[in-house]
Amino acid sequence: MTKLAQWLWGLALLGSTWAALTTGALGLELPLSCREVLWSLPAYLLVSAGCYALGTVGYRVATFHDCEDAARELRSQIQEARADLARRGMRF
Amino acid sequence: MASGEASGLYTRSPREPEPRTPRQDKYSVLLPTYNERENLPLIVWLLVKSFSESGFNYEIIIIDDGSPDGTRDVAEQLEKIYGSDKILLRPREQKLGLGTAYIHGVKHATGNYVIIMDADLSHHPKFIPEFIRKQKEGNFDIVSGTRYKGNGGVYGWDLKRKIISRGANFITQILLRPGASDLTGSFRLYRKEVLQKLIEKCVSKGYVFQMEMIVRARQLNYTVGEVPISFVDRVYGESKLGGNEIVSFLKGLLTLFATT
Repeated sequence: MTKLAQWLWGLALLGSTWAALTTGALGLELPLSCREVLWSLPAYLLVSAGCYALGTVGYRVATFHDCEDAARELRSQIQEARADLARRGMRF
Repeated sequence: MASGEASGLYTRSPREPEPRTPRQDKYSVLLPTYNERENLPLIVWLLVKSFSESGFNYEIIIIDDGSPDGTRDVAEQLEKIYGSDKILLRPREQKLGLGTAYIHGVKHATGNYVIIMDADLSHHPKFIPEFIRKQKEGNFDIVSGTRYKGNGGVYGWDLKRKIISRGANFITQILLRPGASDLTGSFRLYRKEVLQKLIEKCVSKGYVFQMEMIVRARQLNYTVGEVPISFVDRVYGESKLGGNEIVSFLKGLLTLFATT
């Protein structure tokens, strides 16, 4: 099953469960407070997912490691390399 | 290492047709180049240094796509300096793309492991012995360098670039759940037969090609290990990421999402 198919299946399953419960289609009479929470659940989950995404990406950007040492090391190795290669007969 | 040699003699991993003791392992480095006259001598020098210091057997295969700036001339000089058993020149007439460069390179590789990397000094050969150690540690089919985990990181990216990178990676992880933290990275070690198998199956280009390799690898139940690396983008000057590349990345991502 492709990832897209998995997502569609998952959404269909959750969606139909939610619809069945909120419309009382199964003849299941839930107390009104439950129904109210259930009704706004998708919107709530969407907003939470959005916040999670922003928070996670923000955190990862903030902690993205800046390799200053690697750049410094590379620059000095470049000089060493050019000198060594020139000694061995390299014509740049 | 004693335990490594013992497992080579007495047990055989289902994917390895012929057991090789660690002493027989040979690593072929594929370097596709286009207009890398400046960087090619430097990357080769660093590769030679890294392999000589760690003692692993290696060869470097330079696949130049008819560069107009004289990359080929520089490659020939390197072959003279380091020997044609270590530096293999396998050029092509014109710019034909990365996937075919790998296919071409793998055909000429005499090692049992293949390392792919960029020739522009953004990938440092000092990580190769770590890749090799990691591969032996977990008997992995693929070892991928990651910029996003451990003390992996990047030099030379501004805030905008970092946001795009992390954002794209986040979406990729959500949609594809690939089991690897850095999907667009191109600094990897593959078992030769694994690379051959995967290239056959992959159809995309550019960043997406690298992503597809890992996704297909997981589909085929290959194991992927990771090693944090530092990615030094444009050690002189600034890197740019165009709108076009972002659009084609998203298109490719959605294609992989819908087809794998």
